[in-house]
Amino acid sequence: MDKIPILKMGPFLLVTVQVDLYDRLALGLESDLVAMINKHESKGVLIDISSVNIVDSFMGRILGNIAQMSRILDAHTVVVGMQPAVAITLIELGLPMTGVHTSLNVEKGMELLKEKLLDTDEPGNNSHDNSE
Amino acid sequence: MTILNKETINIQKEQDAVFLRNRVTEYAVKIKMGLVNQTKLLTAASELVRNMLRYGGGGQVLCEVVSASLLQTGIRLTFSDKGPGIKDIDAAMKDGFSTGKSLGLGLPGTKRLVNQFEITSRPGKGTTIMILKWKNG
Repeated sequence: MDKIPILKMGPFLLVTVQVDLYDRLALGLESDLVAMINKHESKGVLIDISSVNIVDSFMGRILGNIAQMSRILDAHTVVVGMQPAVAITLIELGLPMTGVHTSLNVEKGMELLKEKLLDTDEPGNNSHDNSE
Repeated sequence: MTILNKETINIQKEQDAVFLRNRVTEYAVKIKMGLVNQTKLLTAASELVRNMLRYGGGGQVLCEVVSASLLQTGIRLTFSDKGPGIKDIDAAMKDGFSTGKSLGLGLPGTKRLVNQFEITSRPGKGTTIMILKWKNG
C-alpha cells in the first residue's frame, strides 16, 4: 500500500505530500504522524502541500484532525505552500480550518515552528507583546 | 447545448477517484479552463465520488465536454449510483447535515463550487447528481 514518508529533523517532523491524496492515504498519514510524534517526542509537524492540487472536505478535515491531535500531544502543526486556487476552493466549500497554522512556504513554516518551540521552552515568556 | 466528447468511468474503489480526477483534469486543460475553476470542479468531483463510494457502493461517472456557444464550453459530470438513495434531499442540501460521520459540507459545498447542480434520488433505487462547470464562469 502507498504511504506518505515522514522525515524526522531534530524536534520536528516533515511531511511533503507529493502525490494525489485519496482518503485511505490521508488516514494513514494521520495515524503515522501521531505515532511518530509520540515516538520521537516531536514538538512540531510541518506539512508541505505545495504539490497538492485539490483539498476537499475530507482531506481538509484530516489536516484539521492532525493539527488538533498533535496539539494535545504537545506539538504544533503548520501547513505550508497551499496553492491559491486550493485556498479559494476551501473557503467556498465552507471548510473551517480551525487550529491549523499556515505559512506561505517551508522556510516561513520552519521559522514559525521554531518560534513556537522557544515559546514553550521559556514559560512566562510565551507572549510577544508583553508590556511592562 | 452540444456534447463534444463523452466518456463513462466506472468507480468501484478509492483509487478510481484518482483516475477520474486525472481524466477530468485532461479535459479541463484541453478546453483551457482556468486554474481556479479547474480546482473547484475537481474538488466538487472528489466530494461526489466519495459520496458515491461511501453511500452508494460505487457507480458510474459520465464525463462530457459540452458547449453552449462558440465561446462557452464546459465540463459536465453525471454521477449515478444504485445505492439506497437520499430520503430527504432538502435536508441533505443544508450545511452541516450528515447521516454519516462527516462534516456535512459535501453536497451544499459542491453546489457552491459549480455553475449547475441537479440532484435526483429515489429511495431504494439510487442517486444521480449532475454538475456543470463552465470554462469561464
